[in-house]
Amino acid sequence: MSPILLAEQVLNGLQSGVMLFLMAAGLTLIFGVMGLINLAHGSLYMVGAFAAAAVAGLTGSFLLALVAALAAAAAAGALVELLVIRRLYAKDHLDQVLATFALILIFSEGTRWLFGSFPLYLDIPEALSGTVTLPGGIAYPAYRLALIGVGIAVALGLWWLNARTRLGIRIRAGENDREMIAALGVDISKLYTLVFALGAALAGLAGALVGAIQSVQVGMGEPVLILAFVVIVIGGIGSIKGALIGALLVGLTDTLGGVLLPELFKLFTDPASAAASGSAFASMAIYILMAAVLIWRPTGLFGARA
Amino acid sequence: MSVKTLLAAASLVAMAAAAQAEVKVGLITTLSGGGASLGIDTRDGFLLAMDAAGRDDVEVIVEDDQRKPDVAVQIADKMIQSDKVDILTGIVWSNLAMAVVPAATAQGKFYLSTNAAPAQLAGKGCNPNYFSVSYQNDNLHEAAGAYAKSEGYTKPFIMAPNYPAGHDSLNGFKRFYGGELAGEVFTQLGQTDYAAELAQIRASGADSIFFFLPGGMGISFLKQYADSGIELPVMGPAFSFDQAILQAVGDAALGVKNGSNWSKDLDVPANAAFVSAFEEKYGRLPSLYAAYGYDTANLMLSALDKAEPSDADAFRAALKAADFDSVRGKFSFDTNNHPIQDIYIREVIKEGDIYTNKIVATAIEDRSSAYVADCPMQ
Repeated sequence: MSPILLAEQVLNGLQSGVMLFLMAAGLTLIFGVMGLINLAHGSLYMVGAFAAAAVAGLTGSFLLALVAALAAAAAAGALVELLVIRRLYAKDHLDQVLATFALILIFSEGTRWLFGSFPLYLDIPEALSGTVTLPGGIAYPAYRLALIGVGIAVALGLWWLNARTRLGIRIRAGENDREMIAALGVDISKLYTLVFALGAALAGLAGALVGAIQSVQVGMGEPVLILAFVVIVIGGIGSIKGALIGALLVGLTDTLGGVLLPELFKLFTDPASAAASGSAFASMAIYILMAAVLIWRPTGLFGARA
Repeated sequence: MSVKTLLAAASLVAMAAAAQAEVKVGLITTLSGGGASLGIDTRDGFLLAMDAAGRDDVEVIVEDDQRKPDVAVQIADKMIQSDKVDILTGIVWSNLAMAVVPAATAQGKFYLSTNAAPAQLAGKGCNPNYFSVSYQNDNLHEAAGAYAKSEGYTKPFIMAPNYPAGHDSLNGFKRFYGGELAGEVFTQLGQTDYAAELAQIRASGADSIFFFLPGGMGISFLKQYADSGIELPVMGPAFSFDQAILQAVGDAALGVKNGSNWSKDLDVPANAAFVSAFEEKYGRLPSLYAAYGYDTANLMLSALDKAEPSDADAFRAALKAADFDSVRGKFSFDTNNHPIQDIYIREVIKEGDIYTNKIVATAIEDRSSAYVADCPMQ
């Protein structure tokens, strides 16, 4: 394998990592601040993608589509928080899992009812189509580079929000001791709605951005949700820094594992069975990574020490 | 005898007659979740033929398997034991078919496949009560392999998901292509990002690409391929280029060659009638799955005209005769109850605003299946 191909695969891994980060950041915020396991996070990703596809279909503008995705997912998130999630904070995790699983089914069938069963069309914007040539002669799709850029910008924005703003202080305080900040006069239920809507908006943004290069269809959020859970377990639940590092690790392991393991197996066996067995091992790679991290650090890379 | 008893007796006789003529068909297919569009087309095609026949002595029970093998098995058990169906049909996915078909045929029920036809059921595991009306799984991939050979490609890059139908796919392609490959990759089932595979294709020096990625996987791949800057001829089986998903792929699919045993422009009178009736009733163009559903219902109706399913031997012989107007024209069953039919190459085109397919060549004539010799039935 040439160094150029390897460099391109590293870029691919980074790109899939930063998109995972958008999902995982919301999930970990919600878990960290509210102690809530939200299985319906993948549905908000789907809501973002469908809203973007619908608006892009009507207006032809990708920018408007992104705005619509953010708005629709944030609105759906806030609504769900007010109607359902609010009643679950005091309950144990099993009740939360059951209720948010029910939300997945409601969102999926609701989306099918609105948009039908056939996948929708959403394309990348004209300005970002085609490839750009990077140093070293790598022809890389411009849109994927833009995705990496958006991911880094969101990570910086979240860091700023968390470390430099009053809202960030409240979020961190809420993670540490929710009774105390309520006693200090912070409207905790408004804070919860806000955090939930923020997490939902990030998921919706990821759905819209990724929907342009993938299939916009009912149920598209669940595979990503599983990966996002792996990410926050690796990174440490509640930590945004952990979500970023975890997402990049998972993205790189998944991409490079899928490429390198079949190559490795080719040294021992014929191409057809090397492709099959290498691919089978590659699909396990991120779970092996998760297990290894948990053995080394049982609360994840940046999780609170027990 | 009073008038009352006479009436009672008459109604009893009438009920007995109705019960005798009543044939129950269980249609198990995917109506919710990611694969729902395939099941919905299967159902709509099947019911279109039933409506046209207008037979009120045949009852069709439709249930959703949610694309889950365990759910499909439960529904099949319920249909056999409490609904007392005579015939089962409709399953889209091979793993679900493997979970349902052997048990159903072992209980003496008939199973008519509208799509899934895994190698196991065509070879050693063939059964006199199991008929595949669609194809054998390998067929459409074999057509693409034959096409690659006839086009003189020398270094195709081939790719499929790592599960049984994916292995069947690449084997089917290689069986009829028979030359050297630029690369052979198994992706993960349900994978949505193909950046890594696209980089490998670019580096491999391939002269063409063959891929089998059903449903959303194919949409994702084609969109990313169109944006990758790679410009090679693309081939595949019809599944990734079918009516139900082409609109979601858009321009990225134009010009792709795909192997299929059906196309909406196939010049057969029964096909023209089917396409216009489907469009009129449902307001959209039919897909491959709808065509198979329609053919399956018509095959079943043709057999019901000759025999009752309760007379299993006569009904089986009537099915095997395949005495119906297939939308595919030539159609007969081989000894393993899988079709012998022509397989074509279609090209994705745009008609007005609609993306669709047209036939450009016949890839293999009178194709049966690779496993027919392994089947003990004669």
